[in-house]
Amino acid sequence: MESGRYFGDGLTYLNPSDLKGKLIAIEGTDGVGRSTHIEMLQEWLEVQGYGVVTTGWTRSNLMSRTIEVAKQGNILDRWSFSLLYATDFADRLEHQIIPALRSGFVVLADRYIYTAFARDFVRSGDRNWIRDVFGFAIVPDLVCYLRIDVDTLALRVIETSGMNYWESGMDLKLGADLYDSFKKYQASLIEEFDKMAEEFHFEVVDARKPPDEIQEALRTTIQPILKNGRQQLAQMPKQADRTAGQPTTDAPTSFSSTA
Amino acid sequence: MTPSPLTFDQPHPFLGKLIIVEGIDGSGKSTQLLLLKKWLEAKGLNVVFTEWNSSALVRETTRRGKKSKALTPTTFSLLHATDFASRLYHNILPPLKAGLIVLADRYVYTAFARDAVRGVSPRWVRKVYNFAIRPDMAFYFNVPIEVAISRLLGGTRAQMKYYEAGMDLGLSQDITESFRIFQSRILAEYDKIVSEYGLITMDATKDIEEQQNEMRGVVSTALADYRPKRGTHGKRTLFWRRFDVPKSE
Repeated sequence: MESGRYFGDGLTYLNPSDLKGKLIAIEGTDGVGRSTHIEMLQEWLEVQGYGVVTTGWTRSNLMSRTIEVAKQGNILDRWSFSLLYATDFADRLEHQIIPALRSGFVVLADRYIYTAFARDFVRSGDRNWIRDVFGFAIVPDLVCYLRIDVDTLALRVIETSGMNYWESGMDLKLGADLYDSFKKYQASLIEEFDKMAEEFHFEVVDARKPPDEIQEALRTTIQPILKNGRQQLAQMPKQADRTAGQPTTDAPTSFSSTA
Repeated sequence: MTPSPLTFDQPHPFLGKLIIVEGIDGSGKSTQLLLLKKWLEAKGLNVVFTEWNSSALVRETTRRGKKSKALTPTTFSLLHATDFASRLYHNILPPLKAGLIVLADRYVYTAFARDAVRGVSPRWVRKVYNFAIRPDMAFYFNVPIEVAISRLLGGTRAQMKYYEAGMDLGLSQDITESFRIFQSRILAEYDKIVSEYGLITMDATKDIEEQQNEMRGVVSTALADYRPKRGTHGKRTLFWRRFDVPKSE
């Protein structure tokens, strides 16, 4: 990130131009495997000597408990729902993401503002307001979008964690039961993610493939980003550098997408 | 949920009326709103009251954030917006739709003024609150900073609070001095807001009853066309009781 920039009306009290690190967002709908892949990416990056910070949706100190309570109470209207997440995001942005980027870390974000955009849009049919609200977000260096179709997703979620109230969008009353609601809700989320993939130039990764192929595709996408800003990245001391091994220079630099 | 056509730029289509008061701490706005409420209720109208930063949803979070002094200007702003959204949805919108009168102690203009002073982009705050309902009447209680300070120090609330005094901005070590600087800046923001949104300015240095008479005059005129649907039943608590309850001697 040679010079960070804000998505819209930014933080007037914080200049984003001195952010040396890299901000990589992993997007995709519920149950698509984001966190598993982020764990593997972190390992891969740290072996190469990069300092890595991960940050995840609703994980802020300020808001995580509040959001939990709100979800249990089922008392959310569209605006509070989105504003709670925006507050959580702002807290993490100012306390985790920006400080880490300033110190030259690679920041891996499990979900980013696009998740909020998709969720608000399927609830309201309006794209403008939520994008205005998140104007203070830093635009990521790279957005990897784990793309899946809703049928594969439904099977996968049933096999693993099971369907829950919010991931099924039950607040929207789209279907008679969890399964019907899940499919309708997730289908509209995926549709919106697909549209944003074009609009915001996501790197699309096919999440229906086996995990090791997905991970390989992610690494191939991320590699060129790292090389460009390599000088500025937080790395291990020079000596350890050579033994740890740097990103190889023969990685295909023109490679941009796997789907 | 269907897309809401409501935006802050246009008047709301509901039967009810939304009356709000603004002003810095110590301007006397809450006293005036309370007196207005008494008067409306005495006229037999159904009145609902709501105040800034009071929703069950985020009150606890805001309290914790303030206590640990972990709030940034943006999270401070967003927490208050969340609170407002929740109250709008649960406490303001339903009575307005039902045709009642809603009285709000502080409204979005408080956020516009305070957040701008804290360094948040004024344009951004206005966009965030674009889902708000435009009030039918908005009173601004204008008071010189020294009057407000002497009321706060000499009056009911002897202690100033950390965030209300803008201590988070590091303006001064002394809380009264910090309050003076911070609230003076807010006054300057309010001045801009008054002309931007056409708030009704009240001279808050006048006697309480004099201000209240003025306020009632303005509200009377504005409510001339207001027809409460079933408002007069509100105060008759025994209206629905068909049979006499035998009283023990």
